[in-house]
Amino acid sequence: MANVSHEEIPVKTDILLEDIQQERKIPNGEAGAAILAAGIGCLTMGLLTAVAAIWGSLHTFLQFYPPAGSITGITIVMVIAWLASWFVLYRFWKDKQVNLIKVFVLTLAFILLGVVGIFPPFIHLFA
Amino acid sequence: MLFSSGALLADIHGLVFGAIFLLAYSGGMVGLLDLHASWETRKGRRALTKQLVIGTWAMAVVAWLTVLIGTYLVYPLYRTEFQSVLSSSFWNTFSMALKTHIGWFTPILATTVAVVIWRYKTQLTEEKHIRYALEVLFTLAFLAAGIAGLLGALTTKALPVY
Repeated sequence: MANVSHEEIPVKTDILLEDIQQERKIPNGEAGAAILAAGIGCLTMGLLTAVAAIWGSLHTFLQFYPPAGSITGITIVMVIAWLASWFVLYRFWKDKQVNLIKVFVLTLAFILLGVVGIFPPFIHLFA
Repeated sequence: MLFSSGALLADIHGLVFGAIFLLAYSGGMVGLLDLHASWETRKGRRALTKQLVIGTWAMAVVAWLTVLIGTYLVYPLYRTEFQSVLSSSFWNTFSMALKTHIGWFTPILATTVAVVIWRYKTQLTEEKHIRYALEVLFTLAFLAAGIAGLLGALTTKALPVY
């Protein structure tokens, strides 16, 4: 058996722990959950803003920090809805391959509806 | 009165944090567009994703600071100083109302982009659908920040806080 010294053993320096971890591919469900949850967050803001404009008592209730008005309650509820939906979707989709195109189209629709809900001329139709 | 307490807060909100986000967008977008498996060596991909993780997380933090300062510190000043104007004019019926709401889309979209890049790292080079989705969300975050920033600058010009 040949006597090999440490100096002769080739060391492959460009293989890092990160590469080994990346060998295990993450299913796209995890990304899908994050992307759809962002859409749900935006939709929540649009819905709350529009409903609060119609329903005065909700507008008053959402004034969590009165000097800034109802925007504080709307955004706090939006962030809770965003994080909660992300958590739930992540639990269901983390090990799955999802149809990312459908998920993304749904996300864009939610964001668009969110924009419509906060667009002042639209709100004034109901206020 | 550039450096009165109210004006200083408005400047930090818009001219510092808001502007940093808008300026950083192009760098982040170039990084995302460059994430192709065939364009980079393994080392190149690793270096690029590392930069993207740091850059997008920094942008997400800046976006959160911008909306939190704007909503909880600057907006109450406008409501105190310009209550009568805000409740009866264009500045509240359109500009301020849209600005305060749409700005909040930015941190949510930016955080989503940052988390997905951080989780997938170099795997993103092979995941073109995720990459395309992130590019669109990142651009929407930029547009939302841009609209809020433009309306904020116009509002501050018309109704400066002190």
